[in-house]
Amino acid sequence: MRSVKAVIYTLLSIFIFILVLIGLYYILSGEGYRFDIGWFLLAISPYMWANTGVGLAISLSVVGAAWGIFATGASIIGAGVKAPRIRTKNLISIIFCEAVAIYGIIMAIVISGMIEEFTDMDSKTVAKNYYAGYSMFGAGLTVGFSNLFCGLCVGVVGSGAALADAQNASLFVKILIVEIFGSAIGLFGVIVAILQTSRAQMGNLK
Amino acid sequence: MSISELYYNVDNGYLEGLVRGFKGGILRQTDYLNLIQCETLEDLKLHLQSTDYGTFLANEPSPLTVSVIDDKLKEKLVVEFQHVRNHAYEPLSTFLDFITYSYMIDNIILLITGTLHQRAISELIPKCHPLGSFEQMEAVNIAATPAELYNAILVDTPLAPFFQDCISEQDLDEMNIEIIRNTLYKAYLEGFYKFCQEMGGATADVMCPILAFEADRRAIIITINSFGTELTKDDRAKLYPRCGKLFPDGLAALARADDYDQVRAVSDYYAEYRLLFEGAGNNPGDKTLEDRFFEHEVELNVYAFMQQFHFGIFYAWVKLKEQECRNIVWIAECIAQGQRGKIDSYIQILE
Repeated sequence: MRSVKAVIYTLLSIFIFILVLIGLYYILSGEGYRFDIGWFLLAISPYMWANTGVGLAISLSVVGAAWGIFATGASIIGAGVKAPRIRTKNLISIIFCEAVAIYGIIMAIVISGMIEEFTDMDSKTVAKNYYAGYSMFGAGLTVGFSNLFCGLCVGVVGSGAALADAQNASLFVKILIVEIFGSAIGLFGVIVAILQTSRAQMGNLK
Repeated sequence: MSISELYYNVDNGYLEGLVRGFKGGILRQTDYLNLIQCETLEDLKLHLQSTDYGTFLANEPSPLTVSVIDDKLKEKLVVEFQHVRNHAYEPLSTFLDFITYSYMIDNIILLITGTLHQRAISELIPKCHPLGSFEQMEAVNIAATPAELYNAILVDTPLAPFFQDCISEQDLDEMNIEIIRNTLYKAYLEGFYKFCQEMGGATADVMCPILAFEADRRAIIITINSFGTELTKDDRAKLYPRCGKLFPDGLAALARADDYDQVRAVSDYYAEYRLLFEGAGNNPGDKTLEDRFFEHEVELNVYAFMQQFHFGIFYAWVKLKEQECRNIVWIAECIAQGQRGKIDSYIQILE
């Protein structure tokens, strides 16, 4: 584990150093105007923003769900050897983790359903489409990251629930309440993402 | 990184669940109450059948003896430990290997002592602890000095780095063997402590106090046992492991101690050790100091199970099962000899 840390730190520091060098070069040679965030945001097409949002929504949600499932699953299998009665009840923890991936796919389908082509190039159409692109990217980020951490949380708690249930059957229901709260935070991400995309409209204005 | 909750279960999740299951099978107060009411060893065997041990004595011919029970109890723990060790990845596998090194040290010393007393090697090998077996065990009797022992045999075993301080050209005789045992154990304990510290996180949190207590306990026991022997104070000071709370001031004071009361005075500076000495004594009805140390060790090991996602539970499980074996053997001895007076001075492990 320590050599992985060393490699990551080295790569990260080299990357930051190169960025600083480039930045200093631009500043000192009077070409600071070239570092143009506005140009960057406008030069990328709204289709790219929208589809990246869809990709992030589903992939980060799945990462969170997968992380949670393996964390809980390994503990259920281990604890189930000496206490076989816990095997079926603890699948509820796995279901909570899976729900996180389902939120991700729902949002991905909702967002990708809003993507439409536009051909008019007047400023109002373009502005509206850019707004739509940004909001879909934001929604994808929102739901992706909140589901990632939700899945992690439910996974770690589910692992503890399995081990505690194996020792004392009355503990399972109490720890399930903790899992329910953890699961709620994924739902918050979905709600906010729906709000973000509620007024997004791509395509030619009528 | 100390956020081990995120990736611990990848390699170690199954084994943690399994070992916690084993720990759940440790005998409780009610089991011990049943056992101390047994009249014969056959009764004991019957009562043990309803616990996690099951029918482990089923194939033994009657009459049962205490040594057979002891061997079978140990065998069950060894089989379970080997299963866990076979399924372990790094760094858990190194951690589990560290646990076995203490048994290896005991085996080497047993073989050398046996050879000194002219016993055949084939008699001694079955008495070795199975967890501590290594490949060249049978060849230990060819060595006459520690240097030979190291060069011929130990250099290929995992114990080689612990042997640095022991190599000398003096012959292996009674006194030196004890010094070798304690020096080896000191190097092993310090190596294990350093390994746990480097692991960091919850493993260091749980293991470092346990190993520190082990170091201090050995220092105190060595001091008390050395009164009235030929061991000089300087030699004694070289045997103290330095990874405990007593290092450096307590160890320096212990090195100068001349009797039990001075040792007790040194421990008074450390809160937990003062409590241990207070409960101990040689009067009938008191617990011995060793018993108090065992109780404290059991307490620390039970705490290991309060945290998740660390390796301390594996060490704690081995030590608690060992203590349970000692308890059952104590009860069995009391029953076999008919001396039921001290039958309930076993060490309580779990409620």
